[in-house]
Amino acid sequence: MTPALRETISTSLTLLVFSVVCAGLLAGSFVATRPNIERSEQLEKMRLVEQVLPKGGFDNDPIAAARPLPADALLGLKRPGVAYLATQAGEPAAVVLEAVAPDGYSGEIRLLIGIRADGRVAGVRVTAHRETPGLGDYIEVAKSNWIRQFDDKRLDAPAAEAWKVRKDGGQFDYVAGATITPRAVVKAVHKALRYFEMHRDALLRPAPSGGRP
Amino acid sequence: MISAESRDIIVNGLWKQNPGIVQILGLCPLLAISNNVVNALSLGLATTLVMALSSGSIAVLRNLIPHEIRIPVFVLIIAALVTMVELAMHAWMLPLYVVLGVFLPLITTNCIVLARVEAFASKRSTLHSMLDATAMGLGLTAVLVTLGTMREIAGKGTLLSGIDLALGPQAKAWVLHVIPDYQGFLLAILPPGAFIGLGLLIALRNAGESLRAERAARSVPTPQAGEAAA
Repeated sequence: MTPALRETISTSLTLLVFSVVCAGLLAGSFVATRPNIERSEQLEKMRLVEQVLPKGGFDNDPIAAARPLPADALLGLKRPGVAYLATQAGEPAAVVLEAVAPDGYSGEIRLLIGIRADGRVAGVRVTAHRETPGLGDYIEVAKSNWIRQFDDKRLDAPAAEAWKVRKDGGQFDYVAGATITPRAVVKAVHKALRYFEMHRDALLRPAPSGGRP
Repeated sequence: MISAESRDIIVNGLWKQNPGIVQILGLCPLLAISNNVVNALSLGLATTLVMALSSGSIAVLRNLIPHEIRIPVFVLIIAALVTMVELAMHAWMLPLYVVLGVFLPLITTNCIVLARVEAFASKRSTLHSMLDATAMGLGLTAVLVTLGTMREIAGKGTLLSGIDLALGPQAKAWVLHVIPDYQGFLLAILPPGAFIGLGLLIALRNAGESLRAERAARSVPTPQAGEAAA
């Protein structure tokens, strides 16, 4: 064995040992933090979903009653999403749909839309967006109340022509200088309501194994 | 109590060799996340923690690491530590984790971490290495927070906005509206604002240093003044 070969092998082995030790440490911390991470992710999801549901209008755990949502063009989803069903005394009360407004000013705006069983919007929240800070970000509930305009709107009230921002002859407010963002959100909510109208029965059907404790 | 060497290390990290405005290292997160004070402080402290941990562990292992493969081993150790910090924050400090987002894993690629490990921790004692990394990290944090303060006041007219994300909703009352009814100045919030702000900070520091050098040069004939300047 030449010295060069010997050195190559010994440094490779050293690197291998370091890699194995690091991998072991990472695996250990992954296992140690896993339960906490899962719990906090659930809580975070719950917090968002609760915001778009009628307060006190449901008594189940909507996160547990999650079901897949197909990648439908009306929802703007490119990949299958999730719908959460909220029930009150076993009766469907509302459903929360994931939706995407694909035509924001800088890319997709991801939304959670809560719709009551009677078709009224219970609430809309933006979960992710890349709109200009200070200009288009008033769609976040933390920045302004703009997103609350959708509360209690229905597919037919306002009429389809009025499901637009005021600038386009509709009835939704916008901030001058940033109309692309609200236009995209209004359109996405309207389309999600149409999706709800078409698939209402399937969306509100209680889970087959309804007997959860 | 504190040795001259330790003192030098601290002064270097915080001022003389400040990573933000003298070495100009680690700019990616510096410029990206200094748009307000809370973000800047959180990322600065997270970076300091990672630097102290990686410099400490590499200083301990420095005699076991073959010279030829030291860089891959350093990167391996830094990446592992960052991931562990990230997992821990995700599990126990969720709001902070959400605020820092992608910039937390990106600490791995922050050149200041590798730079201190390579230039200092691979040659010096464990204690001094950790002290150096902490001082450098705090120096970077100070620049980040200054930049964050400038950008937040100029851009939004507030201070500490978003603190409720890090400390819970009760902290929302701490947000200071420095300039009431401010319309906002978008440029300061966007990336160009970071470059302009950093440029101003560097210029300010250089101006201060050259003023000091000038004053020292003027009073050079007396030996005491010369000593003080050195």
